[in-house]
Amino acid sequence: MSCITSIQKYSIHDGDGIRTTVFFKGCPLSCKWCHNPETQGYQPELLFHKEKCVGCGQCVTACDKYAITLSEGKAVQNFSACVHCGACVDACNLNLREIVGKEYTVEELFKELKKDEMFYEQSGGGVTLSGGEVMTADMDFIESLCKKLHRYGITITIDTCGQAPYEHYERLLPYVETFLYDIKTTDVTLHETYIGPAPTLILSNLEKLSRAGARLYIRIPVIKEVNGNREAMADILRFLKEKQIQVAQVNLLPYHNTGSAKYARMGIVYPGENLHAPTAEEMDTFVALFKENGYHKVYIGG
Amino acid sequence: MEERGMNKRIQSLRRLSVDTQPHIDLERAISETKTYQQYEGYLSIPELRGQVLKDYFSTKTLYIGEGELIVGEKGDSPQAAPTFPELCCHSIEDMHVMNDRELISFKVKEEDYRTQETMMIPYWDKRSIRNQILRQMTPEWKAAYECGIFTEFMEQRGPGHTVGSGKIYEKGFAERIDDINAAIAKLDFLNDPEALDKKNELNGMKLACEAIMILGERYATYARELAEKESNPTRKEELLQIAANCDVVPAHKPQTYWQAIQMYWFVHLGVTSELNPWDAYSPGRLDQHLNPFYIKDTEEGILDDDKALELLECLWVKFNNQPAPPKVGITLKESSTYTDFANLNTGGITPQGEDGVNNVSYLILDCMDEMKLLQPSSNVQISRKTPQKFLKRACEISRKGWGQPAFYNTEAIVQELMNAGKTLDDARLGGTSGCVETGAFGNEAYILTGYFNLPKIFELTLNNGYDYVADKQLGLQLGNATDFATYEELMDAYKKQVAYFINIKLQGSNVIEKIYAEQMPVPFLSTITNDCISRGKDYNGGGARYNTKYLQGVGIGTITDCIAAIKYNVYEQQNFTMEELMQALKDNFEGHDRILNLVRNKTPKYGNDDDYADSIMREIFAYYKSQVSGRPNMLGGTYRINMLPTTCHVYFGDVMMASPNGRLAHKPVSEGISPEKGADVNGPTSVIKSCSKMDHLQTGGTLLNQKFTPNVVAGEEGLNQMANLIRTYFNMDGHHIQFNVIDRQTLIEAQKHPEEYKDLIVRVAGYSDHFRNLSKALQDEIIERTEQSFN
Repeated sequence: MSCITSIQKYSIHDGDGIRTTVFFKGCPLSCKWCHNPETQGYQPELLFHKEKCVGCGQCVTACDKYAITLSEGKAVQNFSACVHCGACVDACNLNLREIVGKEYTVEELFKELKKDEMFYEQSGGGVTLSGGEVMTADMDFIESLCKKLHRYGITITIDTCGQAPYEHYERLLPYVETFLYDIKTTDVTLHETYIGPAPTLILSNLEKLSRAGARLYIRIPVIKEVNGNREAMADILRFLKEKQIQVAQVNLLPYHNTGSAKYARMGIVYPGENLHAPTAEEMDTFVALFKENGYHKVYIGG
Repeated sequence: MEERGMNKRIQSLRRLSVDTQPHIDLERAISETKTYQQYEGYLSIPELRGQVLKDYFSTKTLYIGEGELIVGEKGDSPQAAPTFPELCCHSIEDMHVMNDRELISFKVKEEDYRTQETMMIPYWDKRSIRNQILRQMTPEWKAAYECGIFTEFMEQRGPGHTVGSGKIYEKGFAERIDDINAAIAKLDFLNDPEALDKKNELNGMKLACEAIMILGERYATYARELAEKESNPTRKEELLQIAANCDVVPAHKPQTYWQAIQMYWFVHLGVTSELNPWDAYSPGRLDQHLNPFYIKDTEEGILDDDKALELLECLWVKFNNQPAPPKVGITLKESSTYTDFANLNTGGITPQGEDGVNNVSYLILDCMDEMKLLQPSSNVQISRKTPQKFLKRACEISRKGWGQPAFYNTEAIVQELMNAGKTLDDARLGGTSGCVETGAFGNEAYILTGYFNLPKIFELTLNNGYDYVADKQLGLQLGNATDFATYEELMDAYKKQVAYFINIKLQGSNVIEKIYAEQMPVPFLSTITNDCISRGKDYNGGGARYNTKYLQGVGIGTITDCIAAIKYNVYEQQNFTMEELMQALKDNFEGHDRILNLVRNKTPKYGNDDDYADSIMREIFAYYKSQVSGRPNMLGGTYRINMLPTTCHVYFGDVMMASPNGRLAHKPVSEGISPEKGADVNGPTSVIKSCSKMDHLQTGGTLLNQKFTPNVVAGEEGLNQMANLIRTYFNMDGHHIQFNVIDRQTLIEAQKHPEEYKDLIVRVAGYSDHFRNLSKALQDEIIERTEQSFN
């Protein structure tokens, strides 16, 4: 079994063609700009859309952990007391509550992923395993899923932050067509400030994957405060060249804050409030910089 | 208002077309009344109908607008709407309503009210086809019709839904008269009991041919008169060329590309002046028809692409100059638009089965893009052989958001036609017209008879056949909802009710068909439809090679979700009882939040690639099909189904109380085969998968409306994947898909400030319309349709 937050069909920015993207729950990093905060924890979690709550109190009655109270005509959720049993979800007649994180077996998931096969074949698409961080999910589950998809001709893309034991990658190499590999910055201090750990493991895994012949799309989320300047980009380029990373494509993803509303639904504060997106002109200069350095397939966005 | 058109000439013609207020034009009705007064009882009915057209075309006001290159108007000027009192004789009150109503209004002149009162009503009121239909219908038919179980197409407009073939360009009407004379000479008055009927019909056709030739001659003369007076040498030259064109067409076959377009336009005027058939008339496979002329003229150096495009744009203006005939009552509700559904299919395959895309196809796309007009409804046929660049060019225009072109699947069309008994050769020449209806162009009378309200019949099923909206017993008394112990019993009762109403509808249609066949032949249309001349029979009387009648199912998304909601919540999960549900429906879900939440948010729904709901859709579709398809009509053909609504889903919802899927009382039902709005939450691929579980090839057309926010189709990737969505749907035998690419906010703004969004065009259902011309209910419905915004 593996815990999944959502299965996104018609994903057209997570690799080639029309894809279905599976978001696995749990991530070893905690990027301050993360737009999928509900995928960070490894356990199921409750989301509550408080703004539309009319304070009917049905959820209060339903919750046997006393984790919900009423205040100023709205329900107030004590998230830390929640055991995500789902009783309040069933009780809410306005459909304002959901448990994110659903357990799937390989068979169940495979059945769902196979549904859009005709679209994959037409468009050169397939399945993207993402997250969270898929490479830190249950690797027996992931390996048998990949094996099965591969056996039935569905191509696999792995969207990864790189922060996972290399052996996990090795297990999947025979089945995976492309890795969407994120690099944020090579600067240790910045990495620790905005992302969590130092980038050591991420960078060494990238080097190993490249040597093993993996097809790599390098994806760089561009955030003004972290790497949105020429020097930071040049550092990344220097790393790629020095380590002779074989890059099939580069995607520069400008920061956006569309995920910030989700934080409130989880009862936490968005830590990226002070972050900024680069300007369109800046993005163009970064693209130009990569092109000058011999990378031909460089795109803004997915 | 935004100026569009490739040059000043087109821009000013387009501006006039778009800015002119449609008006009622009684010239045709007056001319027709005089013809009837003079000849009725002396001429046979087909001859009388031919004479009506001949007299009108001999005397009607001619119109050549400044800068026009293609000439001829149905009425006295652009945006004139002639009336057809022989079908529907408007009351003075109707005329006031048309003049005063806010939407789809037609201005009526003061003297027209008098003419209507003193000339039209006394002569036509009792004898109009509409009156005769209502007189002949049974009380059951009338009750079902009045309560919105079904609509009736032929109550204000003639049978039509047909499309021109290459035949139009192969022969002039002078030569057609020779064919008719030959057919008359062959009549066997010794052995054939129908010989006299045939002779009358053929004579009627001859009069109709003469009518169109007279119109051509008059235009030639008029153009020369104008040339005489014209001081600008360039325009003088153009007028003389127009005159020279009208010397050739329509009497003889066209020699040039320009003449070919003029020929089509004369034919269009002939068909739509003779009667007011549904969906006007369509050029069909225009790119293929024009291509030989385009090749010849370019080789001879008398045509280049700019000129070819300019002439197409002139034709586009002509289409847009013709508002649909004014409708009233229920027919206005089912089709509330100025659009008259003239439709063309670009691309597809050739008669030999090869890729049909040619240079003219690309010019038509450019024209469509440049002109951005509601009419003609411009569509593309995409076959497996269609080049990707053509599909992508079409997607590029479609993603601009105003609904054209829509996409049709050539292979599906061919199979649908062959499944309905057409030969492969005739199928390859076919396409779609109206909204999405499949037809064998030039060979088939495929008549739509009315829309059929599938969800309303379920409402009756739950209430022992009683209609609580109209307070009337309409259906069979098979028990109340609570009497059905099992899901199977409920389904069985629903099927019985559906069958009951289909029978009522088809009995009525057979009578109506007979009324048209006997009293309202269309000899002009018959001359250009195979095999009316050789059979000596009228288009409305079974003369066409194929004669098909369609009944259009509406609300498959709503009915599927209603049945799924009951099956899942009442019979299986027992989340609530049938009594509780029925009370919630009566209360329009007020005070029943729990039930509403369960049926809206926690129940399997059609449109999500979920077999639980989709298998219910399949079962209903199959049953509906089994009750209609293959049953004989009165013209030697059969009834068949298609699945489209025009704007009828709004009207059908309006006559309904709340339904078990959480749809509130009087809100629209689902349109075409699209899911109920808000029901599809898994994105476009799941919608397409669900829709493709319907057996499209068993229909004569289905309609799928896909709404996107602009960001989903932005960029090269958005374009590529839009093309791939279409290809995949068509690989799975989908018939048609159309796109609305406008964000919700824009629509909300446009509803609040219509004056600032005069140009905003949206896809409605098989056609596009100005957002400002839609009723509030339809605007709301379009705003609420699911926006597929992912990523």
